[in-house]
Amino acid sequence: MSQATFRIWRSEPGGGAGAFKNYTTEISEGMVVLDAVHKIQAEQAPDLACRWNCKAGKCGSCSAEINGKPRLMCMSRLNSINLDEPVTVEPMRTFPLIKDLVTDVSWNFRTKKGLKKFKPRKPDAPDGTWRMAQQDIDRVQEFRKCIECFLCQDVCHVLRDHDKHEEFIGPRFFVYAAALEMHPLDTDDRLADLKDKSNIGYCNITKCCTTVCPEHIHITDNAIIPLKERVVDSFYDPVSRLLRMISG
Amino acid sequence: MQVIPVTAVHRGFGQTARRDTWWAAPLGVFLGLSAFIGYATWAAFQGEHYHFGPYLSPFYAPELWGDSPHSWFGPKPGWWPGLLPFSPALLILPFPGGFRFTCYYYRGAYYKSFWADPPSCAVGEPRQGYLGENSFPLIMQNIHRYFLYAAVAFLFMLSYDVWKAMWFADPATGQERFGIGVGTIVLLVNVVLLSSYTLGCHSMRHLVGGRKDEISKSAISDACYSCSSSLNNRHQLFAWCSLFSVMFADVYVRLCSMGIWTDLRII
Repeated sequence: MSQATFRIWRSEPGGGAGAFKNYTTEISEGMVVLDAVHKIQAEQAPDLACRWNCKAGKCGSCSAEINGKPRLMCMSRLNSINLDEPVTVEPMRTFPLIKDLVTDVSWNFRTKKGLKKFKPRKPDAPDGTWRMAQQDIDRVQEFRKCIECFLCQDVCHVLRDHDKHEEFIGPRFFVYAAALEMHPLDTDDRLADLKDKSNIGYCNITKCCTTVCPEHIHITDNAIIPLKERVVDSFYDPVSRLLRMISG
Repeated sequence: MQVIPVTAVHRGFGQTARRDTWWAAPLGVFLGLSAFIGYATWAAFQGEHYHFGPYLSPFYAPELWGDSPHSWFGPKPGWWPGLLPFSPALLILPFPGGFRFTCYYYRGAYYKSFWADPPSCAVGEPRQGYLGENSFPLIMQNIHRYFLYAAVAFLFMLSYDVWKAMWFADPATGQERFGIGVGTIVLLVNVVLLSSYTLGCHSMRHLVGGRKDEISKSAISDACYSCSSSLNNRHQLFAWCSLFSVMFADVYVRLCSMGIWTDLRII
């Protein structure tokens, strides 16, 4: 057993500004940051608010910023963190704070509602089923790994620093749009919306979203850039437009 | 249900709770790209020591007009404005330069390193206003695929230069004979790295198959998309390796031409 100090964000009662508070607790082998937070909650700060659920990196509930980096608390092993100095644990900075480490991520759910839904072609078989090739579905399968932890939204500087929540849907929903837009069965066209309503052009490809994704989805390379290229096809490339006009 | 409005908590420039050396990568990119731009600009304006025997520096390839035996259309054209300094490199460098400038990898890298937008992930920015690539001038980055077409043409021309770099003039008879020198290897490695970078470009990946939802319907597209995706996985690596290989190839030819280095013949 050894000890470690955690510098945890505590909000003022009633939604005030808040401040960091240091808690020192005993840690043991195999612990993750979420374990330490639970231990502090049990032994020193029963009113410390923290959202969690599966403790296995699959529910996306315990998103926070650990030593300044957006991460899942349950997937941040203490033996990978320098414990010689206090470990900073703070809520995601891109979303409104509810209490301590808990943020209100409902903006994401409202944003998702505004996106075009899956619109499959007519079934391929009389029994109402479809036929798809495995390699066609493999590409969009990667996007289905998303656990909606919203760490990518938290780190995206367009939302985090520039407050473009009303104009920009963020990396999570570009992944969602890519999963539908590239789906072999889908028939809807989302490119005009991606350009004008979702403002995909705001993304300047810094890959921070890819870096923080706990599911290791290649958000920038496999979702955002391919969508940007499709937007170029439709709106910025005169040759593509001409070829489309000729080919009908 | 109560809706809490989202408002960002702005942090000052460079402000972050990160403890790692977040500034190291952007600083490295800044120094690396600055060194390349500095050297390439200097080398492009030299207009000499860009060829040696069968070797032609990739900064000057293809040599459309110029004084070397590699020139396609003869010496400096008469229509070239007298006030402008002439160098064969100035005629062609805008194309590979534009390709790299509009490359998705480099864009992300130099937005961080040169414009601090952001300086690094989860690090405060110097400006609050933001237009991104949504409006002029950065909306012009969408021209990238046109530079890709030029870059592919350059690959063929540089490959032809490697072929020519295998034919050395015999000092006694003046006849050309097959041979391989260290310079041939340098130019060959450069073309391999440039091809790996260019063919793994995100626009290439899109054009060869990524634009299709049902890629399985075209076996050729499927194969090309898989190859391009494999290269794309290491796009950053190839971007840097090819950048340095181009620079090194120019340094090699230049120093051989100046008599500082001796080109060793392998065959």
